[in-house]
Amino acid sequence: MSAKGTTPASIQGSGQGGTSKWQQIVQDRWMYLFMAPGLIYFLLFVYFPLAGNVIAFKNYSPFIGIQASPWVGWANFERLFTDPNFKQALVNTLQIETLQLIFAFPAPLMLALLLNSLISESVKRSIQSIVYLPYFLSWVIVIALWQQVFGGAGVINQPLRDAGLDPISIMDNPGFFKYLVVLQSMWKEIGWGTIIFLAALTKIDMQLYEAAAMDGANGRRRLLDVTLPGIRGIVILLLILRMGSMFSTGFEQYFLQRGAVGPAAAEVLDTLVYTLGFQSGQWSFGAAVGLVRGIVAAILILGANWLAKKFGEEGLL
Amino acid sequence: MANATRELSTPIRGAGQGAFSRLFNRQRGESGRPVWMEKPGPLMSVAKALTLLIIVIIMLFPMAYVLGISFSSQADAARGGIVLWPQNPTLDAYRAILGGGVVSRALQVSFGLTLFGTAAQMFFTATMAYGLSRMTVIGAKPVLYVVLGAMIFSPGMIPSYLLVKELGLINTYPSLIIPGLISAWNLIIVRNFFMNIPRELVDAARIDGANDAQVFTQIILPLSKAVLAVVALFYGVAIWNSFFNAILYLNDTAKWPIQLVLRQYVLQGTNLASAEGLQSGAAPPPAETIKMAIVVIATVPILVVYPFLQKYFTKGVLTGSIKG
Repeated sequence: MSAKGTTPASIQGSGQGGTSKWQQIVQDRWMYLFMAPGLIYFLLFVYFPLAGNVIAFKNYSPFIGIQASPWVGWANFERLFTDPNFKQALVNTLQIETLQLIFAFPAPLMLALLLNSLISESVKRSIQSIVYLPYFLSWVIVIALWQQVFGGAGVINQPLRDAGLDPISIMDNPGFFKYLVVLQSMWKEIGWGTIIFLAALTKIDMQLYEAAAMDGANGRRRLLDVTLPGIRGIVILLLILRMGSMFSTGFEQYFLQRGAVGPAAAEVLDTLVYTLGFQSGQWSFGAAVGLVRGIVAAILILGANWLAKKFGEEGLL
Repeated sequence: MANATRELSTPIRGAGQGAFSRLFNRQRGESGRPVWMEKPGPLMSVAKALTLLIIVIIMLFPMAYVLGISFSSQADAARGGIVLWPQNPTLDAYRAILGGGVVSRALQVSFGLTLFGTAAQMFFTATMAYGLSRMTVIGAKPVLYVVLGAMIFSPGMIPSYLLVKELGLINTYPSLIIPGLISAWNLIIVRNFFMNIPRELVDAARIDGANDAQVFTQIILPLSKAVLAVVALFYGVAIWNSFFNAILYLNDTAKWPIQLVLRQYVLQGTNLASAEGLQSGAAPPPAETIKMAIVVIATVPILVVYPFLQKYFTKGVLTGSIKG
């Protein structure tokens, strides 16, 4: 069918009008059947609730439903400018994401460079296996592990207390929380980035290094002139992904630890939506926060993607 | 886009054999070091080894410690300090949580969800990926844009919740699967793989009279086992690890998956002994060893699939980070 039908038909299709187009659709009927359930899923569970964000322009009450709830125009969005909780969550999110960008983003790159400089393949592979493992653990488990080591009764504090010293507050210290979450993210996710960077590093042609060495480039020069340019594309790609999540630090890590350090330190935009909607019943205001977050995130992804293409990289989309 | 994927994954898969490695080996001196590479000074070597050692300890210590506690006796765990190797190894904690009750039930729930959820996700992901694998199909392009759009826009927690509620799915297991049925990222990974399968194979089958459904089940799927395995593992791990959707959608604690139970008893410290379902009678072991046993039990399935995850990760992760 496709061997003799599909390709030519699609070329002629537009010019020849109805019948051949219809024939092709009939020929491809299975393809539509395959697409249909997935398409219905995306429309119903992604795009339809996207439209459900209209409640941000209403004063939604669960008892009367979306339809009957009164319109309030931009009131919920105007409240964003004055609401102290929103300001707190926004500041927290941006601070944490900036710290992530400074510390957590380059960490796997450094580790990948270090591993790449090793000669022994088996050592390289074993270390990769070890650092990649926590990536697959849930946040609940990760925080349980950290609690066990750094918590009030943990490995560090119990001996201190036994020795009659004051325990150090690590897991429940609001002032340290932002650094704590960055450290946790690094512990959990360093392996993922390392694998990607290492894969890109092994792709660099060895002859480039050889040629550079013959031209008298030392290790540092080879790093700057061969290695780093060689992985520029993947670094930019990961940076785009990071930028896209600037406004969504994630939910679980913060939700799980919010109780220990309090909302002033741990409330981020994602958890604020939950707090507003599910705990204080301010559905419409919560939806407004979520909508603004979502729109800014989309703009950031598209913007970073555009920027990457401008620099001659492949981009994401 | 398909080309980018192929370019990226081939050398990695091929590393170790083939021309790349032969070239590499030819350049190597006695110690396996390329001849042009300077030998690092002793100070540098020690610094490198030390850094890597510290990293390995940081990664492994919490896990080893928790494992040690979970096998310890009450007295040893209560004494505190660093227990890496339990002095009086015992399975008490595991007996307590696996002997029926809250944790056992949560494990069953999580296993069931992971099994059925992953199966459903794979079915809908693979079929849609095949539907989108031939761009000559009229209308395939707009559908592809619908998928790409879902990568950029997320509907948000509150509208999604209201929809699930409206559909009457609150407090049902489908509410944990259906709202995240297809991941646009995974779909694109699978689709890219399907598109890289040589056209000639498909065309030959068509000439023999096979329709698209037969091509899909008899040619495409058998050739795609590796990528389907990766994506199934990604889906399965995600379901096993998820707890946030259960918080939103399940009010009945009897339906809780393991991650939620973990949070309740381990992080929030609710007393397990007083919880319903735990056998009374024998004195329960201390909360500490029980807590750690729950952590270990919830980690074991991940450890079991980890070798497979690792085997395929470069392929999966790389394809995933390449544009759709």
